[in-house]
Amino acid sequence: MKPLFALLFFLSANLYADDIAPARQNEIIHLLKHDCGACHGITLKGGLGPPLLPDTLTAKPKAFLRYTILEGRPGTAMPPWQDFLTQTEVDWLVERLLHGIDDAPH
Amino acid sequence: MLLIKHIPTSSLIQHTSQTLLNQSPPQFSPNQSLFFYAIFLWNRKVKKPLSFLWKGIISSVLLISLLPTLSHATELRGTGDLGVVVERAKGSVLIIETTTHTRLAEITDLGDLSHASVVYSRDQRYAYIFGRDGGLSKLDMLRGKQVKRIIQAGNSVGGAISQDGRLVAVSNYVPGGVKVFDAVTLELIADIPTPRSKVIGLVDAPGQRFVFSLFDTGEIWVADMHTPRVPKIHQFKNIGRQPYDALISPDGRYYIAGLFGEDGLALLDLWHLENGVQRILPNYGQGEQKRPVYKMPHLEGWAMTNDYAFVPAIGQYAVLVIEQRTWQPVARIPVHGQPVFVMAQPDGRQVWVNFAFPNNDTLQVIDVLTLNIVKTLKPGKATLHMEFTPRGEEVWVSVRDDDKLIVYDTSSFAEVATLPADKPSGIFFTARAHKIGL
Repeated sequence: MKPLFALLFFLSANLYADDIAPARQNEIIHLLKHDCGACHGITLKGGLGPPLLPDTLTAKPKAFLRYTILEGRPGTAMPPWQDFLTQTEVDWLVERLLHGIDDAPH
Repeated sequence: MLLIKHIPTSSLIQHTSQTLLNQSPPQFSPNQSLFFYAIFLWNRKVKKPLSFLWKGIISSVLLISLLPTLSHATELRGTGDLGVVVERAKGSVLIIETTTHTRLAEITDLGDLSHASVVYSRDQRYAYIFGRDGGLSKLDMLRGKQVKRIIQAGNSVGGAISQDGRLVAVSNYVPGGVKVFDAVTLELIADIPTPRSKVIGLVDAPGQRFVFSLFDTGEIWVADMHTPRVPKIHQFKNIGRQPYDALISPDGRYYIAGLFGEDGLALLDLWHLENGVQRILPNYGQGEQKRPVYKMPHLEGWAMTNDYAFVPAIGQYAVLVIEQRTWQPVARIPVHGQPVFVMAQPDGRQVWVNFAFPNNDTLQVIDVLTLNIVKTLKPGKATLHMEFTPRGEEVWVSVRDDDKLIVYDTSSFAEVATLPADKPSGIFFTARAHKIGL
């Protein structure tokens, strides 16, 4: 698993959020609040899934967060999102999550 | 049917502008107008014999005696054709009326309603709404107002009202457990902690009981509330991995928890607690590649009809059909996506299914006799929930991303009405008040 994390980290380090058009950014935030929110709560405070607030995420390596979103977590209810989000988009999303997403509904 | 009888006239008039009781300004009948005119004339003509003070007092008495007839001008109404629609992003609800497909009121400031559900008082006057943020709000359906709101936990998911209508229970993720409140005052009556587990699948059951499941530890608990402050708890362990939701049969006899962590369902016969929990449909997905589940199915709204029970498969694009006496599988109906709600019409003739992301723009209708899909509808992106009118001639559907509600005729599948709603999710009609488990 470790080489994979390292690879993901290497790849993502070279990517920039500027590559994502504002309209797509809004779509991703909408997906986060409403579809991820089905388990993690619309305000990301958690539900059947754990909270996705900066406080709970900062302790975890970014590569782990990226991998979890892209590949899911076998044995838990977390599904893989790689069919719906590109790696660049997941990198951007992880940064947004770590920074904290405002409460205003999208 | 609920008639408003004992509301003081003054408060009726005071609330006229916001209340649902009065859709139009008060109208005076010709008789009432004459009466007013008579008082006016009398005030002008009677001069000396009565002092100014007496005149005032007598006029007031006459006017007050008129008020009860005035209040007849406000329309009395029942609540049996009302319902609540959750607007999940705004934290508000709409009160709607199903007879004429109208929005009657909007109630705001209800907190995080991203996974909200509703139960009703048995007089169908009050709705109890359970919010994601641990909020429990009591709404007055007739006045279109919040009556009381408490924050009872950090993170909750659903609730139930007791058989006698006196207790409201809420199941919590954080810190876990079930809390039980007085239905009138929302005073805390009992706290049932569940160490190390989120609680899901909370329902009411006959015998003044609440039944619920523990997601993390795989248990079913039955709480007898006959002595509400000291509930008697019966625990069933090792019922299966990760029960994610549960339902109870319409007669209140069978409690079934769906399992996320393994194939199968856990069945508890509430008439025979001594028999323990029985596993049904074990290994239903054997040999099948599990598909990712982007939204947990809901088992609320038992789809039981024609001797069959219909339940969503997990990780399969299928609805499973179970024979009710033997609990043996009968059929596996391939459908458009991961089913979320599998709900029978009140007459049991058809079963309606909606789906998880990314197939959530679709509804499918299963014919109960042939077990075939007879209709596929495309209400729009994020078709989240549906609710049948009490006798099932129409179904209301919430379409989150199109910000609307669509009403379909259940026989012709024609669109009967469309109403605007802000990111609508759950729809709950007052007819639930008299159904076990809803």
